[in-house]
Amino acid sequence: MITLTKTIRQAVRAVAISSLLIAGTAYADINAGPAPDFTLKNQAGSNLRLSEFRGEVVMINFWASWCAPCLQEMPLLDELYTQYQPMGFTILGVNVEEDSTKARQLLKNIPVNFPVLFDNSSDVSKLYNVVAMPSTVLVDRDGNIRYLHQGYKPGYEESYQQQVRELIKE
Amino acid sequence: MGVVVGVTRVSLTGILFALILASPAALAGVLPEDRADALYHSYDGGGVEVTGPSYLVRKGNNKSYSASVNYYVDSISSASVDVLTQGSPYNEQRTQWTGSIDYLHADTTMSAGYSNSDESDYKSDTYNFSLSQAMFGDLTTVTLGYAYGDDDVSSNVDSTFERSAEHRNYHVSLTQVLTKDLLLSLNYDAVTDKGYLQNPYRRVRVQNDPFDPSAGWNFNTPETYPDTRTSNAFSANFMYYLPYRAVVKGGYRYYTDDWDIDAHNAEIGYIHPLWDRWVVEFKYRYYQQTDADFYSDLFQFPNQQNFMGRDKELSEFHDNTLGVALSYDVFEHGWGYLEKATLNFTYNRIWFDYDNYTDARQTVPPEYDFTADVFQLFASVWY
Amino acid sequence: MKLAGILLTSILFLLGGCSNIEPWVKPYERAHLADPIMSFGRDPVADSYMNHIYQVREGARGAEGGHGGGCGCN
Repeated sequence: MITLTKTIRQAVRAVAISSLLIAGTAYADINAGPAPDFTLKNQAGSNLRLSEFRGEVVMINFWASWCAPCLQEMPLLDELYTQYQPMGFTILGVNVEEDSTKARQLLKNIPVNFPVLFDNSSDVSKLYNVVAMPSTVLVDRDGNIRYLHQGYKPGYEESYQQQVRELIKE
Repeated sequence: MGVVVGVTRVSLTGILFALILASPAALAGVLPEDRADALYHSYDGGGVEVTGPSYLVRKGNNKSYSASVNYYVDSISSASVDVLTQGSPYNEQRTQWTGSIDYLHADTTMSAGYSNSDESDYKSDTYNFSLSQAMFGDLTTVTLGYAYGDDDVSSNVDSTFERSAEHRNYHVSLTQVLTKDLLLSLNYDAVTDKGYLQNPYRRVRVQNDPFDPSAGWNFNTPETYPDTRTSNAFSANFMYYLPYRAVVKGGYRYYTDDWDIDAHNAEIGYIHPLWDRWVVEFKYRYYQQTDADFYSDLFQFPNQQNFMGRDKELSEFHDNTLGVALSYDVFEHGWGYLEKATLNFTYNRIWFDYDNYTDARQTVPPEYDFTADVFQLFASVWY
Repeated sequence: MKLAGILLTSILFLLGGCSNIEPWVKPYERAHLADPIMSFGRDPVADSYMNHIYQVREGARGAEGGHGGGCGCN
């Protein structure tokens, strides 16, 4: 019974977020309510849960090895992570591929410092209604979705930095 | 010395296709990749040998602009059936420069291009513009294009001969992602030509005695073509991804014009990655066409019709192509500044079979046929 | 030319009324479509040359080959 209500609540939240994410424009503080919780395995194979990072600013970045703009963006995200992590910031790189082989190979050649999670069954991608590649979601310290970026073009990293600093200060 | 029978003209849509490929219809948000290609091409068939290089360089700012330049040369050595029956073998060189730029804003790509083709007796300038729009989450891309070409025709044997021709091409295409494994591309091209559309050297074959075929024939009468031509072509092409990582592809095109030529062609191909670094591709293509209404292999009278032509390109014929291509990924994971580099080789064999064009080198001319060997050797780098 | 105009206008009308269709292939399902072997114009210089070969020796022109493909990123 408890699991059913939880699932229903999650579904409702997902639908609410979906509609906002479809309509969402980059750069606007959309304040789309609580970010749906999820658990995924990281590179080492251990489970990582979004709610573990409550109290920190979290950037969830959806990427794939076949997506050129995603790969362009990653080193810049790594820089962002190194710079702001001590102040309570983390990035969760969610790889959306069914087969993680290419992604793991890529990470061997271009390692990043932030945790990379593997969404092999696309559950989290569906939960967050990912409609563009890459997609970046910024979650504040209270666990609420605040900013959404769809796609990546050179220059986006400026707004990422701006928004991260704003959320850290809160 | 006999009359030179000029090389077949590079037609407008050939350049247009080059322009459209130079700025491929980008799926939204991503400009064509930065790359450079160095290619050597060779055609040998029916007494005609054409070889030469083709170089392409493309670079963009990864955000909104991408530009490309292509340099292409055809070095022609022609002793074709037409040349041998009406003139003497000749050598010729055609040089073509093409430049294009793409501008990307959100889901819209705008492209503009210019191409110039130059040989001793034919010069052409082509301008093109196209607009590409992605929609439905990038599942659909619609492209509209327009090209205008302006040609100057001259003659290597008559320095006073000067004519011109104009071409206009309207292009519409739709690329649709049908499933995560299936792509469909629909294309339509309408082309109009106006002006001097024939070859200044070619003659038609006319019976010496209109009422006695055994009296032989002559090549004294020059061709006369209509001064306009309007055509429509439709094609559908698909690519299907096989679960074990391979692609099967195919396409069909229907062509029709007001010279009464109706053509159909169909193509199937299979792309198969081998081991880690190789890709092999096989293809088969079939083409057939009806003849132009003013075409004839042999005319009875020199003034039989208003328009008369004997270009085998306008005859009733069909051709079959079998092709194979091999590609090798040199680095597998890139090397420094280079993201990827490939070495490629393609070979195509084309069998041409003419139903109403004959080999007039013989006293009783048989239906003409020949085979052509086409090779390409090229290296590509991505950066 | 009239045919081109009619075709064009019909496509635009069709597409204009379809702005609320949900993409049925999600961006995270596009791995196959992003594979370089799944691109119509994988080697544009080579394709352009083969089309030139056929155009010069055949009567037909236009509507050669397909365009596009790709990862649909951004």
